[in-house]
Amino acid sequence: MKIVVTTTTPDLDSPVDPRFGRGGYFVLVDADTMEWQAHPNPAAAASGGAGIRAAQFVAEQKADGVISGDFGPNAHQALTAAGIGMYLFGGSASARQAVERFKAGELETPSGAAGQGGRRRA
Amino acid sequence: MRIAVASGKGGTGKTTVATSLALSLAADGRGGEFAPGPPLLLDCDVEAPNAHLFLQPRFEHVWQVGIPVPHVDEPRCTACGRCAEVCAYNAIAVLGAKVLVFPELCHGCGSCARACPEGAITEAMRPIGVLRQGTTMGGIDFGHGELTIGEPMAGPVIRQLKQQISPRPGQVVILDAPPGTSCPVVEAVRGADFLLLVTEPTPFGLHDLRLAVQVGRTLGLPMGVIINRDGIGDEHLAQYCEGEGLPVLMRIPFERAIARGFAQGRTLLETHPAYALRFREMVLEIGRRIEVAG
Repeated sequence: MKIVVTTTTPDLDSPVDPRFGRGGYFVLVDADTMEWQAHPNPAAAASGGAGIRAAQFVAEQKADGVISGDFGPNAHQALTAAGIGMYLFGGSASARQAVERFKAGELETPSGAAGQGGRRRA
Repeated sequence: MRIAVASGKGGTGKTTVATSLALSLAADGRGGEFAPGPPLLLDCDVEAPNAHLFLQPRFEHVWQVGIPVPHVDEPRCTACGRCAEVCAYNAIAVLGAKVLVFPELCHGCGSCARACPEGAITEAMRPIGVLRQGTTMGGIDFGHGELTIGEPMAGPVIRQLKQQISPRPGQVVILDAPPGTSCPVVEAVRGADFLLLVTEPTPFGLHDLRLAVQVGRTLGLPMGVIINRDGIGDEHLAQYCEGEGLPVLMRIPFERAIARGFAQGRTLLETHPAYALRFREMVLEIGRRIEVAG
């Protein structure tokens, strides 16, 4: 099972970046072997629609689930359409810990979309 | 002649200037030979149009405007992803075999429809606002756009306002721009012959004027400055204008009577009729400067 975690540095031991669409990196983790690879978020600097672009990237990685701090309405809609599960990192100290807690079934799913999606607000 | 009125900072007096400028040209020309006749005023601040509150035109025509957004014909779509690749605004996403369109992010550029190798994308008009057109008692032709609440993109409404309401031959056009210096301002002032910047002698006024001047320079527009609320603040604004070679075309003093009139829906010209001549002389000066720049 492949899980993506949004992180601040390209590392499994990085802190979780609480932003989905504008997080720094995506760490793609094989939850069974804990093998991982990190990719910069191609949507981080998008002028608009970052959550959508990020969701598409996560879908392209063939991930089954994604762990972050929150998911905006557009990201929520796109990830739902792609059949990718969303999980809240719940204060986990690192991406590694977040995945361990996910495997233990300790992470919650968002109750709904957070905030207002769309364009970057100045 | 097309004169755009912009400012950078909001609340410096763009509408005060634009409406009084329009009224001064519509006046019959007594006190001067220069009488270009009633202009066309286009209120391009489509997120909060207010010039009509002062000029009170009778709106004769109202119509919807929109942007073309993609519609995907699912049976023909192969989910190849070309549409999402070419979309600069992330308004279309390909997620596995599904294509999702986010209409409120779409700028209506049409790239997706052109890029689709299967011809599976057609475009449908999505209304995002209305345009209104009318005439005032004094004969000023008037138009404005109003962006629907919740819609994020003012640019297409402004573009269509300028395209769809045209001046008569020889008629002066006044473009009342939105505040700021981003896309909607560029859309409003693009194609003007002169950029009239209304500012105030405060640090905020100066800061945003600098940005507005950069917009004007980038677009290659000749510019002039009106200092409103003259007498407050400090000398930095005047020094900046002098240093940049920006002509100060008018100073409007900080005065209670003007503010009171404005709050009651009266223009500067109605509070102080003597400004009619000053505005007409300013338009003559602007005409000379356009000729020199041209």
